[in-house]
Amino acid sequence: MDETKHLQHLQQATLGERFLIEKVDIRGEHKRRLLDLGFVPGSVIEVLKASPLGDPTSYRVAGTVIALRKEESQLIWGKVMSS
Amino acid sequence: MRTYTVALAGNPNTGKSTLFNALTGLKQHTGNWSGKTVSLASGNYEYKDTRFRFIDLPGTYSLFSNSADEEVARDYIIFEKPDVTLLVLDSTALERSLNLALQVLEMTDRVIVCLNLMDEAKKKGIKIDARKLTDQLGVPVIPISARNNDGLDTLSEQLLLMCTGQTRTTPYRMKYNEQLESQISRLESELRDIFGDEYPSRWLAIRFLDGDQKLIATLKHRLSVSDKGGMTHGAAQALGSSNSGHSC
Repeated sequence: MDETKHLQHLQQATLGERFLIEKVDIRGEHKRRLLDLGFVPGSVIEVLKASPLGDPTSYRVAGTVIALRKEESQLIWGKVMSS
Repeated sequence: MRTYTVALAGNPNTGKSTLFNALTGLKQHTGNWSGKTVSLASGNYEYKDTRFRFIDLPGTYSLFSNSADEEVARDYIIFEKPDVTLLVLDSTALERSLNLALQVLEMTDRVIVCLNLMDEAKKKGIKIDARKLTDQLGVPVIPISARNNDGLDTLSEQLLLMCTGQTRTTPYRMKYNEQLESQISRLESELRDIFGDEYPSRWLAIRFLDGDQKLIATLKHRLSVSDKGGMTHGAAQALGSSNSGHSC
């Protein structure tokens, strides 16, 4: 569980940054859904833009644009990649 | 003349309906299946004196029944058993499409994969080695562009071959870790005792291990209905017991 300590969550990645997913810390159907949409450990996604109020944020994942709320993006762990 | 059923499955916006219309000539009508309000379009297509009935399943990213659409698509493939499931993939977003493809390959071995939107992929400079993909997936893979009627002859020929049993497939099946595999095979043989070859037992076993309550309920219902028709007595109880302690 504590392996997440040295990881960042997706919410910490900012506009234009790329993010390597290492762990999706969500359970059940919700997790299944995110995996189906391409939020899979090992994949790299890109932060595209945030909505006017800052939430949700859209991401490019597996060739399409998907928006997530911070409740979800805070539970997706990995590393911001240097561009 | 025998009519073969062909289910069209794929992600949303991969051109399933374009393909459907190109082949059936828009002669579609919608119908309801097994009490669901989600309707499926169906239409006929004739090729070399053989009639195919195409069913346009809802576009989904997955078949784990997170939504009504996914449940309809999945139940159709498992319970209605089309002669062929035609997987329509987006050539410009193969990574995304293959998620669904691998799920379908776990469910049935009568699958043909269409790489649709090849014209767009070409424009984007994407090259796909269809032969290599055929080898890796273990089912026929056919590049098409439904919009331009490209590749539809090859596809029709392959449909005919598969429906008449002249194509052998060896669909790629995901291998899980040792512990899971041993649980799968144990459950699988138990399930085969109950259902025989009625349903794909490996797939069922995996769904059971995943704790898919909805599927278990559907199966129980189906068993109790066929029990009245004289199916092996006590099968429903066996199903109940095989479920205990396996969900995770």
